[in-house]
Amino acid sequence: MDFSLRPESIALRDKVRAVIAEVVTPEMVHEAHAAGTDSCPALAREFGRRGIIERAVNSLVDGDAIDCWVLMYEMHAAGIPQDSISQGTVTAAIVRRAGTPEQQALMLPGLLSGEAIACFGLTEPDAGSDLAAIKTRAELDGDTWVVNGTKMWTTMAHVADWVLLLTRSDPSAARYEGYTMFLFPAKDTPGFSFDPIWTVSTERSNATYYDDVRIGREYVLGEEHQGWRTLGVMLGVERGVGNTAFGVPLLRRALDWANAAGRIDDPEVRGLLGRIAAENEVTKLLTQRAIWLSRKGGPGAATAGSEAKVFSTDHYQQLAGALQALAAPESLLGLDEPGAAAGGWIDYDVRHSVPQTIQGGTSEINRNNIAERGLGLPRAR
Amino acid sequence: MAFDLALDQSQEAVADVFGRFFEQECPPSVVREAEPLGFSAPLWAKLRELGAPGIGVAEADGGGGASMVDLSIVAGAAGRTLAPVPFVDHVVASRVWPDATLLEGDAIAALALRPAIDRVWRMVPAGAVADVVVGLDGDELVAVRNDAPRTGPRNHADMPIADRPTAGDRAVVGDRETFARSLVEWKLLQAAQLAGLAARALEIVTQYVKDRTQFGRPVGGFQAVQHGLADCVGPVEGSRLLAAKAAWALDEGLHGALDVAHNDVEDPAALAAMAFAFAAETAAFTTKKAVQYHGSYGVSLEYDIQLYFRRSRGWPLVLGDPAHQHRELADIFWPAGA
Repeated sequence: MDFSLRPESIALRDKVRAVIAEVVTPEMVHEAHAAGTDSCPALAREFGRRGIIERAVNSLVDGDAIDCWVLMYEMHAAGIPQDSISQGTVTAAIVRRAGTPEQQALMLPGLLSGEAIACFGLTEPDAGSDLAAIKTRAELDGDTWVVNGTKMWTTMAHVADWVLLLTRSDPSAARYEGYTMFLFPAKDTPGFSFDPIWTVSTERSNATYYDDVRIGREYVLGEEHQGWRTLGVMLGVERGVGNTAFGVPLLRRALDWANAAGRIDDPEVRGLLGRIAAENEVTKLLTQRAIWLSRKGGPGAATAGSEAKVFSTDHYQQLAGALQALAAPESLLGLDEPGAAAGGWIDYDVRHSVPQTIQGGTSEINRNNIAERGLGLPRAR
Repeated sequence: MAFDLALDQSQEAVADVFGRFFEQECPPSVVREAEPLGFSAPLWAKLRELGAPGIGVAEADGGGGASMVDLSIVAGAAGRTLAPVPFVDHVVASRVWPDATLLEGDAIAALALRPAIDRVWRMVPAGAVADVVVGLDGDELVAVRNDAPRTGPRNHADMPIADRPTAGDRAVVGDRETFARSLVEWKLLQAAQLAGLAARALEIVTQYVKDRTQFGRPVGGFQAVQHGLADCVGPVEGSRLLAAKAAWALDEGLHGALDVAHNDVEDPAALAAMAFAFAAETAAFTTKKAVQYHGSYGVSLEYDIQLYFRRSRGWPLVLGDPAHQHRELADIFWPAGA
């Protein structure tokens, strides 16, 4: 057993830390939170310019996915906006895996340079965890697909260049068949529109509408009617990303508060600080294991990601809640409010923790996966 | 050096030998026969034949030179079967006092987890059966040989707990710092043992809910049961990994490498405290679920799962409240008043 990162990964980590320190200002973070858009364009461009996004994508596609984890982990640890970079990295990796040479030439440069933003049009008002129940329809008209329907939770749609869109192209086909996946240009596409969805986490998501949106066949990602396979590629790629390090900035904020409030010597506070540090280590190990297994395969590979996600998100909620209680009532105050505990970041963390057990696969779906594929229990649905 | 969670060849061999040993030699009947004292002399004799009592001591001192990772693997295998032998205590104690009788396993050593008060070590975990007790007496770490009582107070986990006097044939083997290092080793090996216990308890209950039918189907087919068990899987694996990482950090000679802001923690003392606290919580949580999903049979002494339930609590609580480890972590990271 060896828990140390390769020297190359450590060098990457140091490079990522240096870029973050160089580029990100408190104003940028502030702006992202004020707008509810978890992106930082200057940072994405600098990561792109320094080849860091490409390296993360390569590591997802054909390398040691630990490198991608290093990038995501450092952004998480720094508590800076990272959704847009993580979505772009995943999308680029799907294009690398499932795209034609022409698509790769068209789509990859922008994504790898950090200039382009990608978003995901997957779930719908009546199809969340049961994604196979989507109704958004794609019909072929000559050489063009015509799309009609509504998608939910397309975070970043309002700033996106690309939308990864899952449609039903053959409603008569069996379950898990007859879907088509697109990656189409979001800007200036007639019939494509969106409304904001404001969330308790303070982040903005979007409902998106497709009204006779015409998409050329060159934007089909993977085979036509084989969109469920492309989705499988996406899930495989996402397993290597490992966005679980919520507790790292939480610990820093807890320390900030404890020091500022003169509570650092309070045994109860010290107990919570120690607990956060310990559970952060567990989260880190479970995530590293999931990424290691996603490349290596073998027993546990199908459920390790679920185990890391269920654990990390549950504990983020519990620990953020415990911290808010300890720091009450000042922990109720929001970002930048005078007198707010840790500058309002505790309120932020409690809010931010809420969707984590839901988005990217609910804890319940993940528990089903662990029970069925990990423990070998009978299918309950 | 590269991140790799797989056991290497020699670690595989350790896992294989000791996994098979405990599985074959320590079925639940052995655990039950050893109650209430919590010690199986025949099992210890077999460990002796295997040469296990001295494996944790450096080769230069006449031992087997096993690494901490190796020892954590053995502890995990012992934990899976609830082996009623004080392997962890003996190994840790003999590393500070590598006496030939301990290396051979002719004598058993215990570690007193708390300093002596009025010339008595209270509630020494292996105190009822140990021939030698290693513990703090004032500022000195001493090894004391005197008569094992061979009996002890009835307790939650049927452990061979007993008070032991500091008087006897006595050698000074170190100081407070030596003891602190021993305690780090004890915590991480105990964590590995608890992780093994929890992993096996989860296997037992998983098999049970597959076999037990109610309402015409296996109770493991109900989501309420499935989700309760699914919640144990990650933490059980996390316990094992965290104990292994603490062991690895000790083997690598890492120390003081600590960056809490990035959650880069490589300090063995910190990792051992984390591992111990987390393994204790996880084992307690997992065995609680395991008893619950056995239904009423879970509370029957006839079923093995109660053996796991009681030891999941007893093994860690001999050190006091495991939650105290979190405050110790805070003391490592943010010394009071600093």
